[in-house]
Amino acid sequence: MEHANFLPIEIAAALIALAALILYPAGMYISGKKHKKWPFHRFILWSAGVVLAASALTGPLAQLSHTNFTAHMMGHLLVGMLAPLLLVFGRPMTLLMRTLNVRSAKKLSRLLNSRHISFITNPLVAATLNIGGLFLIYMTGLFTMMHMSAWLYALIHLHVFLAGYLFTISLIYIDITTHRYSYMYRALVLILALGFHKVLSKLIYAAPPEGIPKDAGESGALLMYYGGDVIDVGLIIILCWQWYRARSPKMQKTAGPT
Amino acid sequence: MARKQEISHAKPAMNIWSGVLFGIGLMALIDEIIFHQLLQWHHFYDLFTPFIGILSDGLLNAFALFALVAGLFMFADIQRRHIAHMRTWTASLFLGLGGFQVFDGIVNHKLLQIHQVRYGVEILPYDLAWNISGLMLLIIGTVLFTQARKHMKPSEAR
Repeated sequence: MEHANFLPIEIAAALIALAALILYPAGMYISGKKHKKWPFHRFILWSAGVVLAASALTGPLAQLSHTNFTAHMMGHLLVGMLAPLLLVFGRPMTLLMRTLNVRSAKKLSRLLNSRHISFITNPLVAATLNIGGLFLIYMTGLFTMMHMSAWLYALIHLHVFLAGYLFTISLIYIDITTHRYSYMYRALVLILALGFHKVLSKLIYAAPPEGIPKDAGESGALLMYYGGDVIDVGLIIILCWQWYRARSPKMQKTAGPT
Repeated sequence: MARKQEISHAKPAMNIWSGVLFGIGLMALIDEIIFHQLLQWHHFYDLFTPFIGILSDGLLNAFALFALVAGLFMFADIQRRHIAHMRTWTASLFLGLGGFQVFDGIVNHKLLQIHQVRYGVEILPYDLAWNISGLMLLIIGTVLFTQARKHMKPSEAR
């Protein structure tokens, strides 16, 4: 397979990651002057998310992923699933709101309340953008094409990351959430999305994308299936835990200790 | 007083849902771990399985994972509210276990023919063993359920 020159993308990814690692503590500092101190563990979660996402796009794993399908899948799990989950727990939107002045914060909140944002944060739409995008990448010629065009490669990876992030915030409400849906609806969408993710990994197992040898496709698909399982169970536990907390009965003094 | 009120409001529905969900999730995962992965009687991917077969398997597996976790959290919730009714819950657990087993045996194996219990052998004994064991679980669940209702106060047994 003829490969494009990915060096500019690697540099861009490294610079964006660096910016994310500098801007977040700067936001913590500004927010800390106006509000309660921003918890440090959120910075740890944010940094972990940034580093893991960047490691799939720049450095040794990224270089290996151009020729090794299992490494590519590892990158997919990091960029599309694990990094978004960690980043959401860093609550970047809440932090951003706290650092902005009132006028900009109002503008941002209007934007978040807009019809477009409300449309794409509908769990079903977010899940379709996420899983549907993956079907397009692996079930059409897109996978081959993206290794020949650096632009397409950048665009697709940006989509995988953004769609993964959107999917995560549409299902679990950790950060600022403007449009809320019932637990039942989100649970159903989560089950559908996980199901189709499993279906896609089995289809890749059976017929890997063009140019990928059969055994490489199989080991990549296995990683996608079981690695996906681990993160999926995490999502399920978080959703159920939030349901459990929301249902907490009002503590009544008369309820008695036992 | 408030607690007493809560108990009299205790509906078995949450107990049943929690038990059934946990049972379905548990049996689906037992099936997958023992028959798909350890014995490998039917496989991760079977080359002659149609798309719809993989589709239903994937959705079923995602549902099983969700059911297992959600069932446990629901159990934690009814415990916290002091409305857990262990007999009802255990009965529901067996109904979930058996229900999944029989559903898999009849719908997946026979009607949709997504996969069989085992290939290259006389299938009848396997089918009988599969469905009868499922049916027995269902019967245990039903017996436990009628017993559970006998042990309930009339106000609870709705």
